[in-house]
Amino acid sequence: MGLARKDLLRMQDLTADEIRLILDTAESMKQVAGRDIKKVPALRGKTLINLFYEASTRTRTSFEIAGKWLSADVINVSTSSSSVAKGESLKDTGLTLQAMHPDIVVLRHPASGAAEFLAKQLAASVINAGDGAHEHPSQALLDLFTIREKKGRLEGLKAAIVGDIAHSRVARSNIHGMRKVGMEVRVAGPRTMLPCFIDRLGVEVFTDLERAIADVDIIMMLRLQLERQQAGLFPSLREYSRLFGLTLPRLKGAKSDVLIMHPGPINRGVEIAPEVADGPYSLILNQVENGVAVRMALLYLLAGAPQAG
Amino acid sequence: MRILIAGGRVIDPASGVDEVVDLLIEDGRIVRIGKDVRGARCEVRGAEPPEASKGKRSKAAKNAESAINVDRVMDAAGLVVCPGLIDMHVHLRQPGREDKETIATGTLAAARGGFTAVCCMPNTDPVNDTRSVTEFILDTAKREGAVHVYPVGAISKGLRGEELAEIGELFESGCVAVSDDGRPVMNAELMRRAMEYAGMFDLPVISHCEDLHLSGKGVVHEGIVSTELGLCGIPSTSEAAMVARDILLAELTDARLHIAHVSAAESVRLIREAKARGVRVSCEATPHHFALTEEAVRGFNTNAKMNPPLRSESDRQAILAGLCDGTIDVIATDHAPHTIQDKEQEFDVAPFGVIGSETALALTLSTLVASGALPLKQAIAKLTSEPARILKLPKGRIAEGADADLTIFDPDREWTVDAFGFASKSRNTPFHGWELKGGTVATIVAGKVVWEA
Amino acid sequence: MVRGFFYALNLMAAELNEKAQILDQAGIQRAVTRIAHEIVERNKGTNDLVLIGLRSRGVDLARRIAQELKIIDGADIPVGTLDVTLYRDDLGRVGLQPVVRKTDIPFPINERRVVLVDDVLYTGRTIRAALDSLIDLGRPRLIQLAVLVDRGHRELPIRADYVGKNVPTSRQEQVQVLLTEEDGVDGVLIVKG
Repeated sequence: MGLARKDLLRMQDLTADEIRLILDTAESMKQVAGRDIKKVPALRGKTLINLFYEASTRTRTSFEIAGKWLSADVINVSTSSSSVAKGESLKDTGLTLQAMHPDIVVLRHPASGAAEFLAKQLAASVINAGDGAHEHPSQALLDLFTIREKKGRLEGLKAAIVGDIAHSRVARSNIHGMRKVGMEVRVAGPRTMLPCFIDRLGVEVFTDLERAIADVDIIMMLRLQLERQQAGLFPSLREYSRLFGLTLPRLKGAKSDVLIMHPGPINRGVEIAPEVADGPYSLILNQVENGVAVRMALLYLLAGAPQAG
Repeated sequence: MRILIAGGRVIDPASGVDEVVDLLIEDGRIVRIGKDVRGARCEVRGAEPPEASKGKRSKAAKNAESAINVDRVMDAAGLVVCPGLIDMHVHLRQPGREDKETIATGTLAAARGGFTAVCCMPNTDPVNDTRSVTEFILDTAKREGAVHVYPVGAISKGLRGEELAEIGELFESGCVAVSDDGRPVMNAELMRRAMEYAGMFDLPVISHCEDLHLSGKGVVHEGIVSTELGLCGIPSTSEAAMVARDILLAELTDARLHIAHVSAAESVRLIREAKARGVRVSCEATPHHFALTEEAVRGFNTNAKMNPPLRSESDRQAILAGLCDGTIDVIATDHAPHTIQDKEQEFDVAPFGVIGSETALALTLSTLVASGALPLKQAIAKLTSEPARILKLPKGRIAEGADADLTIFDPDREWTVDAFGFASKSRNTPFHGWELKGGTVATIVAGKVVWEA
Repeated sequence: MVRGFFYALNLMAAELNEKAQILDQAGIQRAVTRIAHEIVERNKGTNDLVLIGLRSRGVDLARRIAQELKIIDGADIPVGTLDVTLYRDDLGRVGLQPVVRKTDIPFPINERRVVLVDDVLYTGRTIRAALDSLIDLGRPRLIQLAVLVDRGHRELPIRADYVGKNVPTSRQEQVQVLLTEEDGVDGVLIVKG
C-alpha cells in the first residue's frame, strides 16, 4: 500500500490502482472535517511549504487546511511574477528551500514543467498544484472523488469538459484521470481553443456544446480567461457565452440527473449561468469541500512514505 | 611548413575525386596531389620521427618518410581526407556574450568538429550592422581564431527590421552574406528592398523564416507533444509561410536567397518547387533537424529547445528526402551556445538554441551516410563545396594550388558524446551520451594543423 | 467464503511453524461472558456505557460483549468502530503504508463511560493512539480497556481493566486471534516465528 513515489506531478503517471487508493484514503480523511477537533497527528512535525507563483486563494487555502488538519507545520510562500523576473530563478529558490529541509513542497507555477524541474532538485516530495497549461493532478483527483461520491462509481460514466481546453491544466489532468478509471471523455470548445491531436488522448472532440453534452453524466465547465480574447482566440464574451455558456435551457439535452462541475473560480454569466452554478445538480461546492480531504490524502500518502535513498 | 598527408582516401566533391592519394601541402596551399608524391629525391627534415595518426603506420607513410623533404608526414591510411568543412551558420556570441562563447572557443569547437571555416551570424551585442563590428570580429578571429571566420552582416539596423543596414559598407568590410538571423524580416517591403540592395554586391540574403505572429509565444513544435505537455506550439506554417513569401520576393528581385535552418516538410516542398521553376534559392538543414523530432522535448528537456523547433517524424523524413534529392543544399549547425544557468530554467523561459559544431560531422556520418540515405561524397559536398558555392568562397575543394584547408576524419571511430569534454564554452546539446560513429582526426587550416585528436 | 479461505491459509501457514492453541471456541465464549459481567459490576450497571472496538476483531468482540450485556442487563449498548492509523507513532517507519480505514462512532461520547475493546494487548502503542483519537473526538467521562488476550511486553504504562486471558509470550512469537465473523472459526493460537 502507499504511493511508491516521491512526488505527485501528473495524472499521466498514476495507475488506476493508485487513483483508487487516493480516493479511498480521502474518504477516511473527510471525516476529520466533521469533527469538533479538526486535527489528527499523522503529519506532526512535518513541514509543508506552499510555494505559489500564481495567485490562488482556493487551492492554496485547501492545501494549507489539509496540512494543518494533519498537524503539519505549514508555510506559505507567495511570489508574484515580478519577483521571479527580478531575482531568484526557480532553481535557486529550490536550492534555498532544500537547505531548510521541508518534507513537502506544493508548487503552483505558470510554466509547464516547473513542478518536474523543482522535483528533480529537492529531496522533499513535490506536489504539482498547477504548472502552466500542463497538469493539476489534485484538482482531477478531487473531481473524481466528487463524482464517485455522488454516483457511487466511475467506470462507464460519460463526461464532457467544456471550454478553453488548449490552455487548461485541469482539462489535461481530468482527461488522463477519467480515462484511467474507465470513463468516456468528450471535450468541447471553440476550434481556436482545441489543441491539435487532442483526440489522440482518447477523447471525442466537439465544437458544438449541445451535441457535446447530449447524454452525458457529468458536465465540467472550464473558466474562460479573459486574456484569451486579447489573444484573438474568440471575438467577444458575448459570443462565447452565447455559443458555449451553460444555461438551463441548454441542459435539457443532457441527462435529467446530469451533474455540473467547475474547478472555479466561476465567471457567472459567461461560461456558466448563475442558476446552473447554484442549482441542485451543481457539485461546485462539493468539489471545494472534497478538495481538502483529497489533499489530506495526498499529503498523508506522500509524507508517510519512506523517503528514497 | 611542408606536410605530407599520405595514404588517405581523398574525397573532393567539387572535382569528383574519390581515391586513395597523397597530398603535399606547402605554405598554406596544396602543391601536389598524386599517388606517388614522393617521386622527388629528398630527405626528411628534422630529427624527430613523424607521428602516426593511427597507431600503426602505413606502408605509404614509411615510404614517404624516407624519400621526401617534409616537416611532417601524416599517416592517413584508413581515414578520409576531404576539403575543410564549412559551417555556414554559427553564433560566436562575441562581442557581447562572451560568457556563452568567444571567437576563440567557438572556432576551436569548430576545428574540433572538423570545420575549417565558419560564418558567424550578426545577432551579437552590438549587432554586426557596421564596419566597426565586422572589423572587430575579423581582427579577433585573426588573432585568436582557430579557423577562418566569415562574418554575415545584418540586413536591418540593430536587427530591428525597420531600416536597411549599411550593406555596402558591410560588404566592403568583409561580410560574405546578410541576414537578420535570430529574427525574421517581418516587413515584406523591407525584405524586398534588402534583396534588391544586396543583389548589387551579389551578396546572398540568408533568411530566418518565421512569422512572428503565427509563432507567438510558442516554444516547441505545435503537435502532439505540445498538446500533451501543455506548451505553446509553433506551427510549421509559421516557417513555411515566410519561405513562400521569401521565394516570391526572390523571384521578383532576382536575388540569391538562402533559407536558413529548414525544419518543416512544407518548406522543403516549397523550395523544391521553386528550384524547379529556376528560382535562385538554396537552403540548409541542421543535424538536429535531421536526427531528432519533437519527442526529444519530452521531460521538458531545454537542451532540445531551439528555433525553429524539432518537428514531427514526417517533417524529419521530408528533410532527409530533401537532403537526398538535392533540395537541401547545405548542412549547417546553427551552433547557438548558452550557459548552463541559462538553460537550467523552466522550459518557457530557457533561451532557444543548441550547439552543434562538435557533433555535426559524426551525426552526418552516423545518421545520413551509415543508413544509406546519403552517399558519403554527397554528404561531404553539403559541408564543403555547396556552402563554398553559395557564398562564392574559393574554398571547399581539393586541387593543386587551392588553399590547404583540409579535414581528416575516421569514418569508423566509435565514440560517446560527452558535452563536458567539448571545446565550446557551452554544453547545451541534445546529443550528450549519444554513441556516434565517425570522428575528426585532424583539422588543417591554411596549411597548419589547428586541431588533432 | 473468503474468510474461510484465509482461515485455511492461516492454518497452512501456522502448520509450517509450531503452534499451540490457548483458547478454543468455548474458552473465548466464557471469556466474553465474564468480561461482560465484570463491566457491569465495575460500572455498577450499564448507564452511559458505550463500547468502541479497535480494528476489525476488536469490533467483533465489542459486538459480542454488547450481546452479553443485553442478556445480563437488558440494555442496548451502542458499539462504535475506531481506526487509529492516523494516530500511530510509527508512520514513515513502517515499510509499507497502512491503509486508513473509517472511524464510525455514530453517537456522542462526551460524558460517557467508554470501554475500548481490542483483541490483543501487546506494547500498548495502539491503545495510546486510541486514547489520543478518542480525546480528539470528545471528552468521555472515563475510558476503560477490555482485551481478549494480554501477552505482556508493554512499552508504555498502559494496562487493561478486563482481560480474557493472560498469556506470557516471547517476542519471537505471534498471537493469532481467529473469530468466526472474520475467519470462520473461533480460536486463539500462539505461533512461533
